[in-house]
Amino acid sequence: MYTLLQPDFRIKRDEERCIRCGVCVRQCAFDVHSVDTDDGSIRSDESKCVACQRCETLCPTRALTLEENYHVANENYNWTGGVLKNIWKQAETGGVLLTGMGNPRPYRIYWDHLVLNASQVTNPSIDPLREPMELRTYLGSKPDSVEVVKENGSLKLKTKLAPQLRLDAPFLFSAMSLGAIGYNVQEAMARAATEMGIYWNTGEGGLHKDLYKYGKNTIVQVASGRFGVYKDYLDAAAAVEIKIGQGAKPGIGGHLPGEKVGDLVSMTRMIPAGTDALSPAPHHDIYSIEDLSQLIYSLKEATEYTKPVSVKIAAVHNVAAIASGIVRAGADIVAIDGIRGGTGAAPTMIRDNVGIPIELAIAAVDQRLRDEGIRNRASILAAGGFRSSADIIKAIALGADAVYLGTAALVAMGCHVCQKCYTGKCNWGIATQDPYLERRLNPDIAAERLSNLIHAWSHEIMEMLGGMGINAIESLRGNRLHLRGVGLSKTELDILGVRHAGAS
Amino acid sequence: MKRIYAIESVCMNCQLCAVFCATGHSRSKDIIKAHNREKVLPRLFVEEKRPVSFAVQCRHCDEPFCVQSCITGALTKSLEGPVVYAEEKCVGCWTCVAACPYGAIRRDVDRKKIAKCDLCAELTEPACVANCPNQALVYEERGS
Repeated sequence: MYTLLQPDFRIKRDEERCIRCGVCVRQCAFDVHSVDTDDGSIRSDESKCVACQRCETLCPTRALTLEENYHVANENYNWTGGVLKNIWKQAETGGVLLTGMGNPRPYRIYWDHLVLNASQVTNPSIDPLREPMELRTYLGSKPDSVEVVKENGSLKLKTKLAPQLRLDAPFLFSAMSLGAIGYNVQEAMARAATEMGIYWNTGEGGLHKDLYKYGKNTIVQVASGRFGVYKDYLDAAAAVEIKIGQGAKPGIGGHLPGEKVGDLVSMTRMIPAGTDALSPAPHHDIYSIEDLSQLIYSLKEATEYTKPVSVKIAAVHNVAAIASGIVRAGADIVAIDGIRGGTGAAPTMIRDNVGIPIELAIAAVDQRLRDEGIRNRASILAAGGFRSSADIIKAIALGADAVYLGTAALVAMGCHVCQKCYTGKCNWGIATQDPYLERRLNPDIAAERLSNLIHAWSHEIMEMLGGMGINAIESLRGNRLHLRGVGLSKTELDILGVRHAGAS
Repeated sequence: MKRIYAIESVCMNCQLCAVFCATGHSRSKDIIKAHNREKVLPRLFVEEKRPVSFAVQCRHCDEPFCVQSCITGALTKSLEGPVVYAEEKCVGCWTCVAACPYGAIRRDVDRKKIAKCDLCAELTEPACVANCPNQALVYEERGS
């Protein structure tokens, strides 16, 4: 069928700068660039370009520039270029629109409407370079009260504490499965987490044997497909997470096409090579909080009550009530993934229209658990589109215990957010199983870049905490008086539990 | 001696090593001039059989066949280790090209000379190593 779609991008090649080295040709998995055998010049077929910027970044003479191709002359406020293109695409294919990464729609980003406090005159600020500053935090169930006994003149804890995860900084790398991303990416996250004293999450695709050595800093996932779940997997980990939902696609499952299930993925997921890996939308053994409780306690039994069990859900309308149920079902950690959470593949309409922003979800869940007197029984992990240390510190002030970083971690490793993860042709070697592409992600470099990011953000958080006159991240948690809203309605402020800027 | 080693598992076949090798061996040291005007040849080869690729430079062998086969004395093994090439003595007979077991010597057909890795003697690190975007080349001492 003749396509009505015009290319999304325009590639400009400066012929005076082009040295015809062919880097662009060899690096593009979408076959945009090719050599004209008649005269050795290089041509570009823009209709295949996804704007991953691989060619632009690697071109040694900066001869390439990518531009948006503004060509939809009749677009208007309702019938935007994007909308028209989606309809043309579907009229040509008859298929569901697929995409990757997090929601790009302009829903309000509340982080940009929240400002932090700082000390002036009446209370001293703290310089983290000269005075102690604590970013360490612990995830897991905390007791209602602690009892101590005096033994030989010193105090000893009598209360038996539930298992805890110790984080040297309030970050974790989000669940991204082997299959969705390549082995090298997981290795890089595992190594960076180990070095920085934080955690990474396997996602639902199992844990490769070679990564078991990073188990102390690994959270393993148990999802509806149960891929790669067995005794050694649970034993290897520091914590187990039951994945109910994901912010990018609440309410729907996953589908890893068979062509991505090579030997490595097949072995790790424990499914035959070449078969589709289907994660059902629900867990077929969980239809109620009571059923969830059974799985939580099965996993606790299997790990002899030595590891915290987390339950991850997408932020949806009733998130506070659901979170309350999850805590009462026995979870040690509730992980909530907001509407801007990323994915390796999701139907575009689901990603762009289902769920609620993480800011509102954190505030609602923290408040509900506090109101019910059970906030101490579980830690809250927030996920979904955290872009900077400022977003993270605001999340903690709203009530989160720590934050999952998915997209930010991928961007640190080279991702350019082209949203084509689902094609398996990631030119940055991240969301691919293709042996020609995945070697582009050198785990040595990627681990260093991740560690650098965690280091930088930790420093920034220390500076911001110090400015507020606080010397420990745990003293900020849920301390919403350190936040003020700018340009938010009364309803939004009420849900966030934050006063407007200017109000004392 | 220090040698250049390829780490094949992370070589991504961009071949920027060859681009920067040629630039480093150009008169202008300018990447665009080196390729578009001077037409300098790189002193290395990128072997490619997808998905695998890696750069091959002169290995600076301990007992180099090229030196033994050179009919004019243009190639010599220096005391410090590198196999040194004196271009003015080369007559373009290609005997060394045939003798090299690694296929690391390039023919500069137009000039009837060979082109071969000199480890960028004037730099602290060879250009190919310094410019590899994925650290797939290292310059290090591994013993012989």
